[in-house]
Amino acid sequence: MTRIWNFLGSLRLTVVLLSLTLLLVFFGTLAQVKLGIYTVQKLYFQSFVIFWGPEGAGWKIPVFPGGYLIGAVLLVNLIVSQIQRTSFSVGKLGLWLTHVGIILLILGQLATDMLQVETHMRLTEGESSNYSESYRDNELVLIDTSAPDKDTVISIPEEILAKRQILGPPLLPPNLPFSIQVIQYMPNSRLFQLAQNSGEKPAASQGFGRSLAVRPQPLTSKTDERNLPSAIIELRGPQGSLGTWLVSTWLNDAQEFSHEGKSWQLAFRPRRYYKPYSITLLKFTHEKYPGTEIPKNFASRVLVTNPNTGERRETDIYMNNPLRYGGETYYQGSYDPNDPRVSILQVVRNPGWLTPYVACILAAAGLLIQFMTHLIQFVRERRAA
Amino acid sequence: MKKWFPLVLIVALSAWVLSSLRYPTPKHGLDWVGFGQLPVLMNGRLQPLDSVAMNSLLQIRTRRTVRTEDGATLSATEWMLEAMTRPETADTRKIFRIDNNEVLSLLKLPDNEKYFSFNQLSNYVDEIQQQAQRINGIEAPRRTPFERHVMRLYNAMFLYIRLKNSLMPEGTTNYTALIDEYKKAIPSGMEAFHAQEQGKNANQSALNQLSGFVQSFSQLERMAMPLIVPPTDPVKNPNGWLNAGTALLEAVRAREVHPVLIVYAKMADASRAGNATEFNQAVGELRQWLADKGFTKPLKKARAEFFFNHFQPFYKATVIYVLAFLLAAVSLFNLSSWLRKSAINATFIALLLHTTGLVFRMALEGRPPVTNLYSSAVFIGWAAVLIGLALERYFPLAIGVFMASAIGIATQIIAHNLALGGDTMEMLRAVLDTNFWLATHVITITLGYSATFLAGFFGLLYVLLGVFSRRLTPELAQALHRMVYATTCFAALFSFTGTVLGGIWADQSWGRFWGWDPKENGALIIVLWNAVYLHARWGKLLEERGLMNVAIFGNVVTAWSWFGVNMLGVGLHSYGFMDAAFKALLIFVGFQIAVIALGCLPIRMWKSHPDKQPDALQSTPGAAQAATPQ
Repeated sequence: MTRIWNFLGSLRLTVVLLSLTLLLVFFGTLAQVKLGIYTVQKLYFQSFVIFWGPEGAGWKIPVFPGGYLIGAVLLVNLIVSQIQRTSFSVGKLGLWLTHVGIILLILGQLATDMLQVETHMRLTEGESSNYSESYRDNELVLIDTSAPDKDTVISIPEEILAKRQILGPPLLPPNLPFSIQVIQYMPNSRLFQLAQNSGEKPAASQGFGRSLAVRPQPLTSKTDERNLPSAIIELRGPQGSLGTWLVSTWLNDAQEFSHEGKSWQLAFRPRRYYKPYSITLLKFTHEKYPGTEIPKNFASRVLVTNPNTGERRETDIYMNNPLRYGGETYYQGSYDPNDPRVSILQVVRNPGWLTPYVACILAAAGLLIQFMTHLIQFVRERRAA
Repeated sequence: MKKWFPLVLIVALSAWVLSSLRYPTPKHGLDWVGFGQLPVLMNGRLQPLDSVAMNSLLQIRTRRTVRTEDGATLSATEWMLEAMTRPETADTRKIFRIDNNEVLSLLKLPDNEKYFSFNQLSNYVDEIQQQAQRINGIEAPRRTPFERHVMRLYNAMFLYIRLKNSLMPEGTTNYTALIDEYKKAIPSGMEAFHAQEQGKNANQSALNQLSGFVQSFSQLERMAMPLIVPPTDPVKNPNGWLNAGTALLEAVRAREVHPVLIVYAKMADASRAGNATEFNQAVGELRQWLADKGFTKPLKKARAEFFFNHFQPFYKATVIYVLAFLLAAVSLFNLSSWLRKSAINATFIALLLHTTGLVFRMALEGRPPVTNLYSSAVFIGWAAVLIGLALERYFPLAIGVFMASAIGIATQIIAHNLALGGDTMEMLRAVLDTNFWLATHVITITLGYSATFLAGFFGLLYVLLGVFSRRLTPELAQALHRMVYATTCFAALFSFTGTVLGGIWADQSWGRFWGWDPKENGALIIVLWNAVYLHARWGKLLEERGLMNVAIFGNVVTAWSWFGVNMLGVGLHSYGFMDAAFKALLIFVGFQIAVIALGCLPIRMWKSHPDKQPDALQSTPGAAQAATPQ
């Protein structure tokens, strides 16, 4: 028991763990060339074990500890070693601060991994929005637009579509007059306009799908490309099928239909995150250095309107100057190369955003103290000699 | 003599440096210095024409000057003036550098030469263009050496053609007359144009004449590089600089040709005619115009940058570093104190020059010292030299100064090669445009790189001295051990703080503290490796030799994070693929691994080491052989 305890707090374990982290980070960086940053994060850093198998083979074997596993053991190692070396002295203040800072840093990053939500808001000058959209997650929505003052939105995440089952209660509200059968699901796809008399079968019997064909595409992991999923679904009422629809993230507009006197909209779109306030883009400036294509500055002048608090204020969002509001942070994310009036704001919700700041101050201060004590000691020794 | 040598060296080197503190004087009468100092706008920044010329020539010829057939040397500005105004002569200058035999054989050029003239290549323009078009579709990392060299040549030729068409359309024999004709053609041509618009009878010949001009100047507008024509009102419209083509087209609307363009036309004609008096007069006239209009700052800046281009502090520093390195190397072996002092003095002078260059660049750019890879190389070298000299003070064994000068040379060579990519004072993209983060994050992280490299180089010295020489005495080994430790502590502090500051910057601009971006990972790896060294030492997990090998591997880690990650071509920090550097990086890494392997050899195979048995140390090869049978 004592041996295990000593091992857990040993410097030998620290060195092994640090080396493992180094290898993990190195291979995790190389893998980005093929897999892209997002996939690598999931597979290498936000995992307990990294699996590997030859391409195309059905089996995979664990080959290396993942980020969570190494991080967890490192955390144990750090804490145990601090407990074992309880003899706190002023001379060790620097090391203590550093290690506490690093513990906090690891915990903070874990919290960020779990809690952070990254979305974006695309606005044309003059436009307002009270929701942001996910970069990766999509949702199938059924919107009941019959009521004059409000819409009822039923959202089904893409993962559930991917399972291709019949969707009824409990996934859908019991009073919904139909269930959904997923006939085909394509994680990445392209749409084609059906040529007249081509003889090709339309994708669906209702809506836009009557004049479109859909083909699956290989999944992409490039940073500058997105997967655009599509699905063919069938709506079924108590009396039987209502027809099939093509739903696709390619289609910007919702498809409308009515059923039993109610009007509905159907759309497959990036997942939306609604907010209790709205953001209006007043003006977007996109400066380039004269005579070049090098971007000099992007800035969005926005108006924040919050009916709950009666707040109404204008502010600027530009590079290195985000807006923090309502627990979220708005960054000047991007622009539309085709439309100079469009600003794309990146919206991040991260309740733990402050931890790295605190952690870093602690650790850096600790290192500085440690370094300075060594340096002063060293110079004194040399002087004395 | 020996006693005085270090002092004499200081005096001699200072005299050499100070004697070059003057403007070059034009030899042939044409005031190319005045011409080179004229401010223009390019790459989004004001710069002298001299910088346009120098950066172009570095990209085309990889040198700052051109050698003519008769052995004379042309400065970059002289060459550019020639290309702009007397292209038929410029076409005979051997400026295009081709290093690849396959390219040479494709173009049927002799393979015992390196530089070729435009005339030699002009028959193959179509061939090169076709090849380039095909290669353009291939991602840079996948190109073969042949393809990379074709692309390089294509870009160089294109750049040259653009330069030739930057002042006037190539083939113009009398620019002033051309502008006069154009001025005359505008009113009648426009009248005819309006008449045609309204369906009336138009004067077709007037219309054709004007549209001929417009066509030719539109071509010029597309090709011309530097924006040479300043705005008439610098206060209201400071960025309204135009290139020659745009300025000429503008005349259709304004009904007059910009006065600056008329002066440039005078210069061009005078240069063609070889009339120095007129040329110099025109240069003076333009400077006067600019001064009158309130362009005092651009004039001053252009003058300062011109001076910087010709003073070449980094080049001179490199020369002196080489001298210091040789002195230090000898003193390392013969323990001569006067050589050591001389090496220190020389390194000190070089460091002064290095600092001057660094500060001069900062002043010109109005930025902290590190803004791109080029300046990071300059700064890493600077910091390493500084730390090396400081260590030399506490460990007077010639090791610190030896390493300082060696890293000084290495980083200057790297910087020189990076400068071949173009303007090293390019403008910063929006996200980098913050002096606060450049001054904090970038500086600390670069200091971290510097110190990690220095520690690694001390490690190299330890192993190489031990394996190949008798010089690794217990005293020296002990000193190296302590120096590596001290430098690694410094490196750990700075790389950690720098990485963390980078995280905070990322949180401020992209909304996440850490995103596993390659450059971030690279920085993290350095921190981790420094931590490995420190913990292995504190925990006594490795002895001196093992720790030295750990330090050497730090070189691999740092080189990877400095250059390697940029070569992956992914992530927010990727500044473009540098194919040429890839080979150099592999060689560097290979060398480090080889030395680590040497470092793992059993002590008995080392020539010297504190742990080696003293009798073995003195044994001759013969004695060792005699000992084997036992």
